[in-house]
Amino acid sequence: MIGKLTLKDGTTLHGKSFGYETSTSGEVVFSTGMVGYPESITDPSYRGQILVLTYPLIGNYGVPNKKYWESSQIQIKGLIVSDYIDTYSHHSAKMSLGSWLKKEKIPALQIKDTRFLTKKIRVEGAMLGKVLLKQNVDWYDPDKDDLVAEVSLKKPLTVGRGKIKVGLLDCGTKRNIINELVKRGVEVSVLPHDYDFSLGKRFHALIVSNGPGNPKRATPAVKAVQQALQKNIPILGICLGNQLLTLAVGGDTRKLKFGHRSQNQPCLLVGTNKCFLTTQNHGYVVSKIPKGFREWFVNANDQTNEGIIHEKYPIMSVQFHPEATPGPEDTDWIFDFFLKNAKV
Amino acid sequence: MQKYKKILVLGSGPLKIGQAGEFDYSGSQAIKALKEEGIQTVLINPNIATIQTSHDLADTVYFLPITEYFVQKVIEKEKPDGILLSFGGQTALNCGVNLYESGVLKKNKVSVLGTPIESIILTEDRKKFANHLHSIKVPTPKSYAITSTKQIQTILRKPDFNFPFMVRAAYTLGGQKSGVARNKKQLKEIVEDAFSFSPQVLIEQYLHHYKEIEYEVVRDPYDNCITVCNMENMDPLGIHTGDSVVVAPSQTLNNYEYHFLRKVSIQIVRSLGIVGECNVQFALNPNPKNGQIEFYVIEVNARLSRSSALASKATGYPLAYVAAKLALGKGLSQITNQITKITQTFFEPALDYVVVKIPRWDIEKFKGAEEDIGSGMKSVGEVMGIGRTFEEAYQKAIRMLDLDLEGATVRRLLKNGKTLIQLLQKPTPKRMFALSEAIRKRMSVERIYKLTGIDPWFLYRIKKIVDEEKSIPSSISRLTPKKLRTLKELGFSDKYIGELVGTTGLKIRALRKKFKIIPSIFQIDTLAGEFPARTNYLYLTYNGTHHDVEPLKREGVVVLGSGPYRIGCSVEFDWTSVRTVTGLKKHKKKSIIINCNPETVSTDYDISDRLYFEELTFERIADIYDFENPGGIILSVGGQTPNNRSGSLKEYGCKILGTEPKNIERAENRSQFSKLLDKLEIIQPAWDKFTNTETALRFAEKVGYPVIMRPSYVLSGTLMRICHNKAELSKYLKKATVISKEYPLTLSKFVVDAKEVEYDAVAQNGKVLIGLISEHIENAGVHSGDATIVYPAQKVYLETQRKIEDVGRKLAKELSISGPFNIQFLAKENQISVIEINLRSSRTFPFLSKASGIDLIELSVDAFFNSAKPANFTPPRSIIVKVPQFSFARLTGADPLLHVEMASTGEVACFGEDLEEAYFKGALAVGDTIPKKGIFISIQGSRNKEDFLASVRKLKKLKIPLYGTEKTNKFLNNNGIPCNHVHKIHESKKLNVLHLFQQGKVDLVINIVNTDARKDVDDSSQMRRAVIDHNITLLTDFKKAKLFVNALHDKELSDLQIKSWDEYLGKP
Repeated sequence: MIGKLTLKDGTTLHGKSFGYETSTSGEVVFSTGMVGYPESITDPSYRGQILVLTYPLIGNYGVPNKKYWESSQIQIKGLIVSDYIDTYSHHSAKMSLGSWLKKEKIPALQIKDTRFLTKKIRVEGAMLGKVLLKQNVDWYDPDKDDLVAEVSLKKPLTVGRGKIKVGLLDCGTKRNIINELVKRGVEVSVLPHDYDFSLGKRFHALIVSNGPGNPKRATPAVKAVQQALQKNIPILGICLGNQLLTLAVGGDTRKLKFGHRSQNQPCLLVGTNKCFLTTQNHGYVVSKIPKGFREWFVNANDQTNEGIIHEKYPIMSVQFHPEATPGPEDTDWIFDFFLKNAKV
Repeated sequence: MQKYKKILVLGSGPLKIGQAGEFDYSGSQAIKALKEEGIQTVLINPNIATIQTSHDLADTVYFLPITEYFVQKVIEKEKPDGILLSFGGQTALNCGVNLYESGVLKKNKVSVLGTPIESIILTEDRKKFANHLHSIKVPTPKSYAITSTKQIQTILRKPDFNFPFMVRAAYTLGGQKSGVARNKKQLKEIVEDAFSFSPQVLIEQYLHHYKEIEYEVVRDPYDNCITVCNMENMDPLGIHTGDSVVVAPSQTLNNYEYHFLRKVSIQIVRSLGIVGECNVQFALNPNPKNGQIEFYVIEVNARLSRSSALASKATGYPLAYVAAKLALGKGLSQITNQITKITQTFFEPALDYVVVKIPRWDIEKFKGAEEDIGSGMKSVGEVMGIGRTFEEAYQKAIRMLDLDLEGATVRRLLKNGKTLIQLLQKPTPKRMFALSEAIRKRMSVERIYKLTGIDPWFLYRIKKIVDEEKSIPSSISRLTPKKLRTLKELGFSDKYIGELVGTTGLKIRALRKKFKIIPSIFQIDTLAGEFPARTNYLYLTYNGTHHDVEPLKREGVVVLGSGPYRIGCSVEFDWTSVRTVTGLKKHKKKSIIINCNPETVSTDYDISDRLYFEELTFERIADIYDFENPGGIILSVGGQTPNNRSGSLKEYGCKILGTEPKNIERAENRSQFSKLLDKLEIIQPAWDKFTNTETALRFAEKVGYPVIMRPSYVLSGTLMRICHNKAELSKYLKKATVISKEYPLTLSKFVVDAKEVEYDAVAQNGKVLIGLISEHIENAGVHSGDATIVYPAQKVYLETQRKIEDVGRKLAKELSISGPFNIQFLAKENQISVIEINLRSSRTFPFLSKASGIDLIELSVDAFFNSAKPANFTPPRSIIVKVPQFSFARLTGADPLLHVEMASTGEVACFGEDLEEAYFKGALAVGDTIPKKGIFISIQGSRNKEDFLASVRKLKKLKIPLYGTEKTNKFLNNNGIPCNHVHKIHESKKLNVLHLFQQGKVDLVINIVNTDARKDVDDSSQMRRAVIDHNITLLTDFKKAKLFVNALHDKELSDLQIKSWDEYLGKP
C-alpha cells in the first residue's frame, strides 16, 4: 500500500507502507545513527515523534529478543526509511522489523528521498507531520503535552541488589541506564516522575532519566528534583534530566531548531583537550547555566551545552547518553565518576 | 606542540600488487597538511608518475630508491628534524624501522612523528603482538610461529590445533605467500614457499566462514579516539581484504556487535599509543555459541593503508590529512572538518548512502597464473560504487570495473567449463557472477551461503536484482514507468535494460527521460545532512527526488578520469587528470572530475571544483553532462577509457575540447589510419585484417615471419603474440576465438632487432608546440609499458630524430591535433616506421614532464583554449631512465617472461649523469639487488651466447661464483670463464637449479631466452618461476641484462649521486 507523509507546511511525499496500515501524526525528526534501530525506536525519548532515519538501509538484522529493547514497546509514532530490508539476516533476529511494527500497530513508510526530508528539517526546523495511510488524523504537537507523565512508570520498582541504593526518576528511562547501574552493584529504585521525596525513603543518590518532550511541561518532575535537592541527595541528570535539573535550580532551556539525534555528537570536556563521542536524542537544550553550576561539557560542533556540574556538590548532569545503546560507549565512565563523587 | 622546520616524507615507490596508488593519495595529503603549517617538506619517492612528486607539492623531491642506504644519504644531506613513515605503505615503514634500529635516525637527530616507532615494531612482529593483545584480554586466533620446516611436526602435535590451518609469512605486504592448508602435503608446500620470503612463518587456526570486519581508528596526542568508518567484507574470512568485495558501513552487524568491536579497536589503539591512523581487522563468528559475541583480531596496521584510503573516500573524512596534522601534535577538535568547514574532525562520519568496493583483477593477462583468490592479494586495482540501495551501489561498481560487464547478472564470464558448484566453492574473480546465476537457477540462499560463506543478507540483495530482471517485459512498449524506475533504483543500466527488452541503451534513455526518470545528484557531506556542507563531493542516485547542487553551466569543464588501476592504466593517468584540473584554474574554468577509483588523488575532496564519484560509462557521463550543461569535456587525459567514449559523446552532442572525435576515429581505426599514412607517405610495418586462416597464412608467407597476431576481441587467454613460423601461427589460428567473421584478426610484420622510439608531443590546431623523443632499452617486442625507457634518447641518430619530428608535424597537421598525443616508432638503420598513434596523453607524460621540466598537460590545456605558445626548451643535460615494476611474485604460476602484452604494474624513474647511473638507481628502486652471493646464467641460442660473452667477463669484478647449466657452463668454460655446473630442474639430480635457489647461493639470475624457439621458452619457465618464488633478481631481456651488468661493472653504490629533482633540472 502507498501512503503519504504530509508536513505542516503542505509538503507531501509518497512511500510504500511496511508497517501497520493506519494513520498517525506527531513531530517529524531525523536521526543520523547508522545502527541500532531496535534500540532507537524503543527509546521513550522519541515519544510523540515520527522518526526519519537518514541511513537508507534499515531492517538488515531484523529484531532481537525483548531484552535488548530500551523499553517494553515501540515508542515512536511512525517510522520513515529509504530502503526497508525485509530479508534480514542475523543470529539474534526473532522477526523482521516490518512484522514488529505491524504487531505494535506503528505505521512506517519507505520514502526514497529521506535526504530531502532531512535537509528540510535542518533548514526549517523540526515540524509537525502526518503519516496518512487510511483515514485522516489531526495534527499532534508533542510539545504541548507532559509526555513524561505518559511514559513514566506508575509505581516504584526495585531492580538489582546492593548496599548502594540509587533512585532513578523515570521520565521515560532507557533500560540500559538501569543495566549500567545494576552492573556496578547498585540497587536501583525506579521512581515515578512525580515521586514525593518527602515520604521518607532514603537514597544514596538520584539519577534523573532521559525522556521525551518539552522540559517545561514536565512540572511534576521538576518539583521532584527540587525536593531531592533539598534532601541533599547527589544527583546525575541524563538528557532530559540535564534540562530538568537546570530548570529546578533556576537555569533555562530552549528548543533547538531540529535537535541532536545521532551517535556521533562530539562533546568537549570544558577546560581540557578531551573530547568524547556521544549518542544524543534531544530537541531541547540548556540555554542558561544555573547559578552555582559551571558548564561541564560543550558540543564541539555547535557549542551548545552538553552538561553542567555544581561548583561544590555532587550535582551534575549531561545532555548526552552515557548509557549509549545505540551508539558509542565512550562515556560510560560518567556513571563511575558520579557514584564516586556521590561518595556512595 | 613541538615546532618542526623540515620534515622528510617517505613515499611507497613503484605501484605493485598490494601497494598501489592509495599511497599517492596519503602522501599528497600529508605534504599538503605540512605545508599549511609552514613546514619545509622533503620527499623521497622514485615513482615519477605520482602526484606527490609534482613541483607544487613537496619543496624538495628525490627520485631515489626507498632503501636504507639512499634515505640515510638524503637525511645526511637535507638534515630534516622529523620524518613521516606511515604515509608510504609497508615500504616506508620497513625502511624507517631499519633506520631507527641501526641508529641512523638518532645520530642525525631525526624524530619519528606520529605513532611511536616501538609500537610499529610491536605490531610488525606477529608473536609479540599477539602476546600484547592477550595482555589486554583481546583474543587472536591460535597461532604458532616456526622458523624451520622441521618444526611442522611439533605444531601438528599441539593439543586442540587441527586442520585446516592458515599459513602466513611474517613481515610481508598484502598477505604475500600465505594460504589455507587442509592437509599435511598442502601445509608443507605452503610453509616452504613462505620461507623463501620470510625467516618466520605462522601457522594459525583457520576460522571457517567468519565475517571479516575492519575499523579505521584515529587517535590524537590527547588520547582522543574515534573510528572513522567500519567496513564489512562481503566475502568471508580467508580472502584477502584487498581481493574482497567490501561494503561500508557494515550491513549485518547490530548495535551491540558494531560498538563492541569499535570499543575493542579503540582499546587496542590506546594500548599502542598510536598517534594518527590505525586499521584493525576482526574475524567475527556469524553464529556464536550461546548468542554472545565471538571474535578475534586478525590484523592491525599502524599506518595509512589501502583500507584507510577506501574509508576516506567512502566517508569524505580526509584521514591522511588529519593523521599528518595529529603527527605534528594537534588535537582532533583543533582541526576543521574540511568538508563542512564549520564542524571539526573529532566525530565519526554518518553516511546516508552505502558504498561497495570491488577489486579489479587482471589475472588472465599473465601466462600461467592461477585464477583463484585467497589470502594473498592478486588484484591490481579497485572501484567504489556509491548508492542509496546496496543493489544500486553494487551494480554501479561492477560497471566501474570497465570490463564490459553491465551488471550483477551478466553471464559472460561463466562460460569456462566449470560447474556452478565449483564456481561458487572456489573463490575466483568470477564468483560474483556465479552468485546471480545460482539464484537464477533457483539454488536456495541457504545453500549458496553454505558453499560460499557469503552472508545471506548479501545474497538476498542479489536475489532482488535477479528477481527484478526476471519480470522485465520482452518489449520496450510494455515497459511501464513504475517498472523502469524500480530497475533504475536497483542500479540497472540503460544499455542492459535495452538488451533485455531488445533495444538500445539510447532508446531506453529517451524513454526514461520521457517518463522523467532522471538521477538525483547528492552530496557526500560526512554528517548525513545534519549540517550544511560546502562539499563538492557528489554521486548520482535514482533513490532520490531532489538535487543537492546547482549546475555549473558554461563555467564548468568536465575532466574524465582513468577509472580503476589495471595493467596498462595506472597512476600516470591520475597525474594527467590532476594536472588538467590545475591547468583549468589558469583559464578560470571550474573543473568537474568524474572518476570511480578510491586509490586516486583526483578523487580527493580538494582537487577539483566538483567531484562526481561515478561510472565512466556513456550513460553516466551523459547524465552529468545533461545536468551540468558545461562549457566542454576533456577526454584525452585519463587514458584509453575516456578516449573510447569520444564517438558516443560527440554523437550525443557534447562539446569535446581538444582534437575532433572524427580525427580520433581516423587515428584509432587501423584501416583509416593506414590509408592516412600511405597518403602522407609515412612508412608502417606491413599489416592486414583477416577473417579466415588461409588468407592469414598467405599474408604471413608473403611478408615473412615473424608476425604479430592481434585478435580484435580480447577474450581471456587469447592475447596478442608474436608468431615465429607457420607452425606456431597455424596452431593459434586453430583456436575458434582467435579468428572469425565477427572478430577479424590483425596480422602485422614484426621487425626483428628494431629499436622502439616514443614521440610524445602537444599540438595546437595542428601545429606541434613541443615534441620529446625517448627510446626503449629493449628491442621491439616488449610492450612499451614494460620497457625501460631513456630520455633524452641516447642511441637514436640525429637523422632519425629529424625524421621522427617530421612525421610528428605531418600527422599533427593532418589530424588537426589540439592537445596531447603520442606516436610509437620502430627504428632500424635510420629507417623509421609508425606503429601507432594515440591522440591522448600517454603513459610517459608524467615521466617526460618531470624529466624535461615542462608540464605537458598544462601546455595541452592551454592548447584546448587556443592560447598556448610554443615551448622554449633545451633538453636537460642529465639522463633519466624509467624502469618498470613487476608483481609476478604475487601471481602464483605466472611466467615472468615479457611479451608484447603488458605485464608490469608500476614504474619508477631516476636521474643520473649517464645512462648507467640513472638505470642503476632505477633498478634498485624496483627491488633489484646488487648480487653478493652468486649468479646463475642461462643463455639460450649460440648467437646470444657469443653476444653476451663480453658482459659475462665484466661480472668478474664482483668476485662471486657463476653457475650455469650444461650448455652455458660449457660455453663459458671454453671461453676461459670459471663457472660451476648445475643440473636443470627436470634432471632432478643434486645439485639442480632449484637446490641452488633454495640454498640461497645465488642472488641474480640472467636468463636470456631464444624467443623464436617456443620449446626453450616452455622448458625454462619452471626455472624462472622458481627465481620469482625465491625472491631473486631476474633479468630476461638481452639488452637490459647487458645494461645491468655494465652498471654493476662501472658503478659503485657510492658513485650514485644524491641530487634532488631541482638540482638535476638546474633550478636554484
